[in-house]
Amino acid sequence: MNLELALPILIPLTAGAVSIALWRSVRYQRIIAVLATALLLAASVWLLRSTIDQGFLVMEMGSWPAPFSIVFVSDLLSAIMIVLTGIIGLAIAIYSLASTPKGHEKFGYYPLMHLLLAGVAGSFLTGDIFNLFVWFEVMLLASFALLTLGGERAQMEGAIKYVTLNLFSSAIFLSAVGLLYGTIGTLNMADIAQKVATIEDPGMVTVISMMFMVSFGIKAAAFPLFFWLPASYHTPQVAVSALFAGLLTKVGVYALYRVFTLIFTQDVDYTHTILLWAAALTMLTGVLGAAAQFEFRRILSFHIVSQIGYMLLGLALFTPLAIIGGVFYIMHHILVKTNLFLISGITYRLLGSYDLKDLGGVYKERPLLALLFLIPALSLAGIPPLSGFFAKFVVIRAGLEAEAYVVTGIALLVGLLTLYSMIKIWAEVFWKKTPEHVTDLRRLRGEVKDKHNWAYFVPVIGLAACTVFIGLNGQPIYELAEMAAHQLLNPQLYIEAVLEPQQ
Amino acid sequence: MESLMAYVVGILFAAAIYMMLRRSIVKLVIGLILLSNAANLLIFVVSGMTRGAPPLLPEGTNAPLGAIADPLPQALILTAIVIAFGVLAFAVVLIRRAYEVVGTDDLDQMKDTDT
Repeated sequence: MNLELALPILIPLTAGAVSIALWRSVRYQRIIAVLATALLLAASVWLLRSTIDQGFLVMEMGSWPAPFSIVFVSDLLSAIMIVLTGIIGLAIAIYSLASTPKGHEKFGYYPLMHLLLAGVAGSFLTGDIFNLFVWFEVMLLASFALLTLGGERAQMEGAIKYVTLNLFSSAIFLSAVGLLYGTIGTLNMADIAQKVATIEDPGMVTVISMMFMVSFGIKAAAFPLFFWLPASYHTPQVAVSALFAGLLTKVGVYALYRVFTLIFTQDVDYTHTILLWAAALTMLTGVLGAAAQFEFRRILSFHIVSQIGYMLLGLALFTPLAIIGGVFYIMHHILVKTNLFLISGITYRLLGSYDLKDLGGVYKERPLLALLFLIPALSLAGIPPLSGFFAKFVVIRAGLEAEAYVVTGIALLVGLLTLYSMIKIWAEVFWKKTPEHVTDLRRLRGEVKDKHNWAYFVPVIGLAACTVFIGLNGQPIYELAEMAAHQLLNPQLYIEAVLEPQQ
Repeated sequence: MESLMAYVVGILFAAAIYMMLRRSIVKLVIGLILLSNAANLLIFVVSGMTRGAPPLLPEGTNAPLGAIADPLPQALILTAIVIAFGVLAFAVVLIRRAYEVVGTDDLDQMKDTDT
């Protein structure tokens, strides 16, 4: 019994249930939100420490032996993702104290947030393919409700596309699980990985693997399946946008990493070549989409798509260095992207718009905020010594070593275009004068103070500190990613840990 | 029997996708309902259909005597049906709210967030 393995799921579930019980008292819900996410972060660090010590943590539900029970497994990738979930959860909970409108709080914002975190944590920890589907649905239902909270026209339109495409992806996932069970006769991921090599008809396995790729590709917003993301991510209130931007697509990426390193490695030439070109086109279309946009959150949404490309590139190259780069990139991206969304929320608060045309003059009045924007923005573009530089460096080095020159060239070009987008935001929001048609400057000048103003800045400063920390301590983080990649590339370790527990 | 059911699954998938591609959001939701049913039926067919052999052990034995139906796919389908029920209930509420807010059920008119 490994308590630390259960805690990252139990804490948000309990917190969600308690928050629902305290439906009428928004005050207690707010206290619980911060406490529970702080606890989640503490538990996730505990989980990471024991995973580093022991390699794998396995828990069998109901104490049935492994292939028959549902197992929860933590390897280093899972543990890293759980720590990131904890960090983002805490940041969003604090930020929500200030940014969430009263009406949203009254209609269950906090319980939904906990439920979403529980779904995300469950997806990262489960070792059973059908259970993964269930956690996906938990996460999706919470995200549907969060996305539509408020009920404005844009939200409704965005939500219809988001809901339809995600349900479609779930249906493909479910069909693929059914076909996999029909061919292999087990649902435990380690057991599937062990038996998949003995299947007489490898073509069938490849077909199933493509179904998984399409399904997780929709969730991860990979080319050509990303259209739901830029249509919906800019519509809800900003804390929800930031939460989605940080965690939801990364669950899809994590699932791709899991199944395409553990289970579907029988035909790497075929499957990973498709992934490679999907990754290149994801990067390119994402960044070009961003270059055409003139709205703060839409630019950032398209950049999520383009960054997903780098993570997939790491998986697609399938060399040790590339996987290290991919894992490193995921760590860096989640922190940075959430932070940028949070900053867009602050400038919205100051000037009342997300449209770059209606923003300006922030540097003159708030130079510190401008600095706080520059840290994640330059990190996203890959400027040393911030976290993005090392992440990109490792991925691109891996691309060169694998002699995938075209794709590596695209990755470098995309880095340049990312810098262009970030400079565009910098010039429009921070550098240029405040446009004359913007008359309400009281908030920008600090003449009107909000009640919980600190709650806007604490998470932004914290996440920026994380970015700088990763940048300045590249070596230990790299070693962590290296250990995670070692486990991913040796699925035998995972299989042994799950199916042959030490007595 | 299984090949017949395979055709049924195929027809269900085709009908679901056809409905999802239509412009009205009501038909979109009908498409989603068909899609989840198609996926459930697929799981049922893929894992093999056994007639009249419930997965119950006679008293005093701990292994089945003859061939029995695999209970696991049924458990999977049951779980999937419950999940689909919740999700589709949400989808129905969503299209109703969307109709109230946007004032149309035509997907082609819902382009505000795309540009």
